Amino acid sequence: MLLSGGEIVMECLLKEGVNVIFGYPGGAILPTYDAMTKYPQIHHVLVRHEQGAAHMADGYARATGRVGVAIATSGPGATNLVTGLATAMMDSSPIVCITGQVARGSIGTDAFQETDVTGVTLPVTKHNFLVDSIEELPYVMKEAFYIARTGRQGPVLVDIPKDVQIEKMEFFYPDEVHLAGYRPAAQADETDVTSAAAMIQQAQQPIILAGHGIMLSGAMQELRELAELAGIPVALTLLGKGAMPESHPLVIGMMGMHGVAAANHAIQNADLLIALGMRFDDRVTGNLKTYAKNARKIHIDIDPSEINKNVPVDVGIAGDLKTVLRQIIPKVEQTNHPQWVAQIRDWQEDSSERDIINTHSGGLIAAQVINDLWKFTGGDAVTVTDVGQHQMIEAQYYPHQRPATMLTSGGLGTMGFGFPAAIGAKFGRPEEEVWAIVGDGGFQMTMAELATAVQEKVDINIAIVNNGFLGMVRQWQEIFYEKRYQSTPMFNPDFCKLADAYGIPNMRVSERSQMAAAVEFARSIKGPVLIEFVVEKEEMVYPMVPAGADLDNMIRRPKPEQKG
Amino acid sequence: MSEQDNTPKKHTIIALVENRPGVLNRVVSLFRRRNYNVDSLTVGRTHRSHLSRMTIVVDALKAPPKQIVANLYKLVNVVEVREISEDLYVSRDLALIKVRTDDASSYNLVTEICERFPARLVDIGTKVSIVECTARAEVIEELIDALRPIGIVEMVRTGIVAMGRGVRILDSDYQPQVRAAPAALNGERYSV
Repeated sequence: MLLSGGEIVMECLLKEGVNVIFGYPGGAILPTYDAMTKYPQIHHVLVRHEQGAAHMADGYARATGRVGVAIATSGPGATNLVTGLATAMMDSSPIVCITGQVARGSIGTDAFQETDVTGVTLPVTKHNFLVDSIEELPYVMKEAFYIARTGRQGPVLVDIPKDVQIEKMEFFYPDEVHLAGYRPAAQADETDVTSAAAMIQQAQQPIILAGHGIMLSGAMQELRELAELAGIPVALTLLGKGAMPESHPLVIGMMGMHGVAAANHAIQNADLLIALGMRFDDRVTGNLKTYAKNARKIHIDIDPSEINKNVPVDVGIAGDLKTVLRQIIPKVEQTNHPQWVAQIRDWQEDSSERDIINTHSGGLIAAQVINDLWKFTGGDAVTVTDVGQHQMIEAQYYPHQRPATMLTSGGLGTMGFGFPAAIGAKFGRPEEEVWAIVGDGGFQMTMAELATAVQEKVDINIAIVNNGFLGMVRQWQEIFYEKRYQSTPMFNPDFCKLADAYGIPNMRVSERSQMAAAVEFARSIKGPVLIEFVVEKEEMVYPMVPAGADLDNMIRRPKPEQKG
Repeated sequence: MSEQDNTPKKHTIIALVENRPGVLNRVVSLFRRRNYNVDSLTVGRTHRSHLSRMTIVVDALKAPPKQIVANLYKLVNVVEVREISEDLYVSRDLALIKVRTDDASSYNLVTEICERFPARLVDIGTKVSIVECTARAEVIEELIDALRPIGIVEMVRTGIVAMGRGVRILDSDYQPQVRAAPAALNGERYSV
């Protein structure tokens, strides 16, 4: 039977096991939308802005480990995907975006809704394709999914001219891909594995830096084995949260600009860094010149170009983390470092004395909101954050026990990511309690997806942490710009009335005593629910390593007795 | 003059890439966004019709060549990459230099210079003539210096091409996939 290009797209999605796609129709993608009517097995979620579709696909991918799919039309539809692609690119999230393109004969003529989409998205995709014939279409689809989910995962865009979607041919799906220059998995050199194991054995003050790669490689068990075997404390990157249960005695917590002070001190005083599936982002290292000066460094990452990029290392191993750790673990003998661990405990105690969670002020404090959410959700929800103060506070005050239970835009820091990504995550893990934890600023960037959530009856809880400011920018203005709050105070709509307009059950919380009831209310509602937490306007996120400062040069929250 | 030329600050990278539209753009885009300083980039076909070959000379102060090679490998259409700066290799640049030859003395000077260099006159006119030179880039620089006093009016260079010496061969036996449905299954075509 002859199938149209649009139908072939759907057939390919079926072959790839896709059952939900996020998108927005338009002229150049209409033949594929028309084909959807014949494929009820694949559920299409109509978004309100294509950026939302890309973030939903991303959230779905992060929540499931499977490839998320977004679909949009040519021109503005495709350009609206760009932020979502860049977000997925920075955080190695596997998504495939399908875009319509004007008919082949019109390409290059500035036709209506024509944009050079493969050109525009070249730097923000792992790879992209412009399909130039229907015969090529199944190969391209196969390759797109393969590239997205293998090696260092990432976004792939497939641009399909309208006439290719209309043309017909007999459907076939290739069994394998032939990509001459694509090398998804490098093999670890045996001598490197041996020297890494020896360095681990010799270290007195080792620390593991666990990143997103742990989850992407599925190396949670291996991480834990290595840490426990050699008694190595573990610091997590923002995207590494969940790599190991945060209640584990060896887990110190998040590192970096707003990381746990003990983690940053430990890194700066370590004699060995074991960096696993992380990329030494500037938000993690601070000043590179003084970064972990006395430490030897082992770096294991699937992407060879990450080795020695920011931090020169003694042993760099490019390879799949799970495989490489399996090679290393048998070469390491059981050991522990009680003095080193005790030293880290001291740093941790100093932090808990400063902890805002122990202060009692009149108003609602964001950290207490997040910590109470943790408490009343049993610490077991899937939280999807936006970007800013609430995100860092989530990372600090919502410890996660399981992998892929905190989803957040790390590398790109995309405001507006949280809410749509939470919708995508819920589609991926419908059985789990999903909370979108967003600020009042970022939420307003993509809150049009409220309609999507209602139309799709998505059972998610939206927690808006409302301080009436672009809080993180305000914090920088307070510290570095003498409190000149240029363009950070925000007029906000009445979020509860806004929810009413969408028919979304809602609640406003301004006192800590309401927290338990708020969570209970959220849980009682099937479908979207919105809770606005009105918090202190000028709260700060501590600790803070100023951009470019030494990692242990942290601005700390003063200890209570030092106040006034 | 030896064939070896190891200018410390420059690195020479050779790459086999798939011969299809957009690949040059991908490579150039990579260099631009990673802020690698390209001195010279040449691309041309090879004896395998599906493969093109690039020679890229970069300023190595900004990025270690290993980083550049690793990043090139991340491009799906890049098949093989090698950094050859530390190896023995042959490199050539080709220049066409149009010089003033509107009097006997300048014409004589040009022919004289051509004899001292691997250069020859390929177009001789009463007003201007074209000198062609194929040599290492440094030799061409010397030729330009020699011709400059006579009067260079136009010039073009190809950029450097390079090849490792001996049996270290940069090649790939990769055969491209035939991307078509089996002939019997070919669908109807119509235009819109």
